[in-house]
Amino acid sequence: MSAVTQDTAVSTGRAMRVLIYLLLVLFALFYLLPLYVMGINSVKPLSEITGGNMMALPQVWTLDPWRSAWSTAQIGVEPTGLKPYFLNSILMVVPAVAISTIVGALNGYVLTKWRFRGDSWVFGLMLFSCFIPFQIVLIPMAVVLGKLGLAGSVPGLVLVHVVYGIGFTTLYFRNYYAAFPTELVRAAQIDGAGFFQIFWRILLPVSGPIAVVSVIWQFTNIWNDFLFGASFGGTSQPMTVALNNLVQSSTGVKEYNVHFAGAILAALPTLFVYIVAGRYFVRGLMAGSVKG
Amino acid sequence: MGFLDIRNVTKSYGQVEVLHRVDIAVEEGEFLVLVGPSGCGKSTLLNMIAGLEGITGGEIAIKGRVVNGVHPSKRNIAMVFQSYALYPNMTVGQNMTFGLEMHGVPKPARDRALADVAKLLQIDHLLDRKPGQLSGGQRQRVAMGRALVRNPDVFLFDEPLSNLDAKLRVDMRTEIKKLHQKLKTTIVYVTHDQIEAMTLSTRIAVMNRGHVQQLGTPKEIYDTPANLFVATFMGSPAMNIIPARVVMQDGVPHASVTDAEGTPRMLRFSQAAMAAWEGKDILLGIRPEAITDPEGADRKSGNIQSLPNRVTVTEPAGADTFVTMTLGGRDAIARMRADAPVAAGERYEFAVNMEKAVAFDPATELRIGG
Amino acid sequence: MSASTAPDFRTRLQDWLPKLVLAPSFAVTILFVYGFIGFTVVLSFTGSKMLPSFKWVGWENYAKLWALPAWNTAIVNIAIFASLYIVICTLVGLMLAIFLDQKIRGEGVLRPIYLYPMALSFIVTGTAWKWFLDPGIGLERVMHLWGWESFSFTWIKDGDMAIYTIVIAAVWQTSGFVMAMFLAGLRGIDNEILKAAQIDGASNWQLYRRIVIPLLRPAFLSAFVILSHLAIKSYDLVVALTGGGPGRATEMPATFMYSYTFTRNQMGIGASSAVIMLMTIAAIMVPYLYAELKEKK
Repeated sequence: MSAVTQDTAVSTGRAMRVLIYLLLVLFALFYLLPLYVMGINSVKPLSEITGGNMMALPQVWTLDPWRSAWSTAQIGVEPTGLKPYFLNSILMVVPAVAISTIVGALNGYVLTKWRFRGDSWVFGLMLFSCFIPFQIVLIPMAVVLGKLGLAGSVPGLVLVHVVYGIGFTTLYFRNYYAAFPTELVRAAQIDGAGFFQIFWRILLPVSGPIAVVSVIWQFTNIWNDFLFGASFGGTSQPMTVALNNLVQSSTGVKEYNVHFAGAILAALPTLFVYIVAGRYFVRGLMAGSVKG
Repeated sequence: MGFLDIRNVTKSYGQVEVLHRVDIAVEEGEFLVLVGPSGCGKSTLLNMIAGLEGITGGEIAIKGRVVNGVHPSKRNIAMVFQSYALYPNMTVGQNMTFGLEMHGVPKPARDRALADVAKLLQIDHLLDRKPGQLSGGQRQRVAMGRALVRNPDVFLFDEPLSNLDAKLRVDMRTEIKKLHQKLKTTIVYVTHDQIEAMTLSTRIAVMNRGHVQQLGTPKEIYDTPANLFVATFMGSPAMNIIPARVVMQDGVPHASVTDAEGTPRMLRFSQAAMAAWEGKDILLGIRPEAITDPEGADRKSGNIQSLPNRVTVTEPAGADTFVTMTLGGRDAIARMRADAPVAAGERYEFAVNMEKAVAFDPATELRIGG
Repeated sequence: MSASTAPDFRTRLQDWLPKLVLAPSFAVTILFVYGFIGFTVVLSFTGSKMLPSFKWVGWENYAKLWALPAWNTAIVNIAIFASLYIVICTLVGLMLAIFLDQKIRGEGVLRPIYLYPMALSFIVTGTAWKWFLDPGIGLERVMHLWGWESFSFTWIKDGDMAIYTIVIAAVWQTSGFVMAMFLAGLRGIDNEILKAAQIDGASNWQLYRRIVIPLLRPAFLSAFVILSHLAIKSYDLVVALTGGGPGRATEMPATFMYSYTFTRNQMGIGASSAVIMLMTIAAIMVPYLYAELKEKK
């Protein structure tokens, strides 16, 4: 009995293994390529891109494209750089993530531990809302935000993201709490704890992992959103919309190096989250794909 | 009126009635065991006493107060769960005093109660640990401790030993019995294990399909089962149920039972009332320990009948040897002394203690003959 | 007798609290999701232009929609895009998952590399690929500089081929995620089944074709559902990569809806296109969600 057969029953020949490694590495290069291109070209002077090789390392290293992207580049009509939009994104993401996660936790708690007639219908309706094409709500949302006086404002975007985020956060917490023994809730009831005491004292202290999953998922989704930002952002556009304006602007010379720096700036927060908490990120993705 | 009264209680989910008119009065200090196969309604009944499930009909009263609709925490009950249901994020001490805290008991009083119970259960050294760091037996103790600290009127146990391994289960069983003898508390205990029911209880309610089949002391349940279900459910190996016919010999009722060869064998009834069933088919119930070798038969019995028969299989189990034979066309088991001289395929003279035999009407499955 | 047994206040409160807590979310869902869907459906039957109006026009918008060349382009494009995207993502994901499952040294490094694009915004992905595929500065020029003078890759500027660049970028973004789904499926297969098959004399190829891949059915289903749903919703990537161009060559239902509603002031037609998108997704998601929920009961 060799140790290899312990884990996977499949064994492969030597030539096959070489081929497998080769393909795996090739694909790794494919996935890394755009990151590499963005990275090295964001620290090159523009002349090296337009007159040189995109794959080559910079001859002159410079941080000017980053500075420009952050604080002086022309976004739309104003030469503000991406900085104010980055702040917009932060101001939008933090409350939206916090509110949708808290609401999702309470919903999950009710839907698993305080079940009532018709609860699976309520959940089914909320679950389906995760998967609608948002085009179907754009027009009425624009009308409602206008009526509420929230059009083109950060609070308006927060509202939109909370509304269309609670389906997912509820799904996460519901699945997590479903595995949590109901006997504990019954014991706490006999001990005299009420609805909120049970949530606060018994469930919340063990909800760490799923809260991380929910926060990461919501953070990534809301930060990366473009459709809502473009539709309802108005003067408070988030980072993704600003980046697109920067890249698509048809006036003047195309400053590719600045575009790349801007793209990395827009990607940094979610990449950072992915690097420090990738495991939870994957769990969130999987939970979102395998429901129930 | 009892200490805990269950009066005419029914439970339905929609159109489906899962408990039918259950009527039990539990006296103070009694240890009542609800026993039955899974799905018989015993846990539902327990949850209804606890207030975790609503009562469809009838009423439940604790110390004379009707508690229908009263919140579980206001019934002055405590419950030990099958999974123990210890709060994973709290220490043992916090687990045990959580209920007192929720009831607004001040800290010094809580600590005193905790210290007393921890000492009683010998878990003082575990109080700062988390449940995840405890062994199965320790968790079980903590769960009982959590119930004891509350000093409730009624203790409810929901299959508390079923998650333990065989050895520990026997130890904890003794432990629970000792505790009951010492504290004289009122206990309702749910289990599907008939040995637990026999050993622990002062009274047993055997349940099946939402009905209480029989309510009585362990001895009553074991010796005079009300019907076939109770007879076969209680006892291991199960009671032998043998098709027989009642015949009169010398004016005395006998059970005529065919042996392995199909020859009728006569076993005299101890119950004279069986005469009323003359000529009719009945089911004869004999526990394995009532079929023995002649030397091992109960000397105090006034009615040992001899039964020659062929041995099918012998199964030595250390303390006893179980012997299988064919009686009335079915397998029957005899419980013999370990060194009884029996061998498969040979004929043997068995001794049947007919004082312990019971009879059932095959149609109604109820016990007959008084 | 039962009059004295009405539930006490605390029990009644505990009965109501959970529903009270859930109520806002439920109300918001009913209003902002289902109410809005209803609103859009109604609009699709009205002659709304720049602003919603309630002049009923019946099926006129749908008739107009299907007569529009731009919508037909969008439908053809989504068909090409969705089928290629789903098939390629599934194949690449399955291949990588099977290869990674062969006790590969460095799996811990490779897996996060395959998956990280999923953390990026489609706008970032679009920007990166837009310039990388640009013949003037990107891949084509690099090849020329490296001495392959005849190399030509101008898909992104070519109306017939631009849709395939969207497939490339989209596959790049999500195939790692599909890999993770299949890998989880593979790791969930009982090794004893594989050992039994080997003892029965199955070759590696047969093992995967006859045993493993059939066992991955649930993962295939999940991948299909997620990918088709992503494909129909795809908006950001098209905007960032091609802007719907060159010309209108890469128009998709999502971009069509947006431009007709908000820039061309044809809200009625925009609404009807959104309704068709919703129906398509619902036709895939509803049976799937229903089956998933039933199963877990």
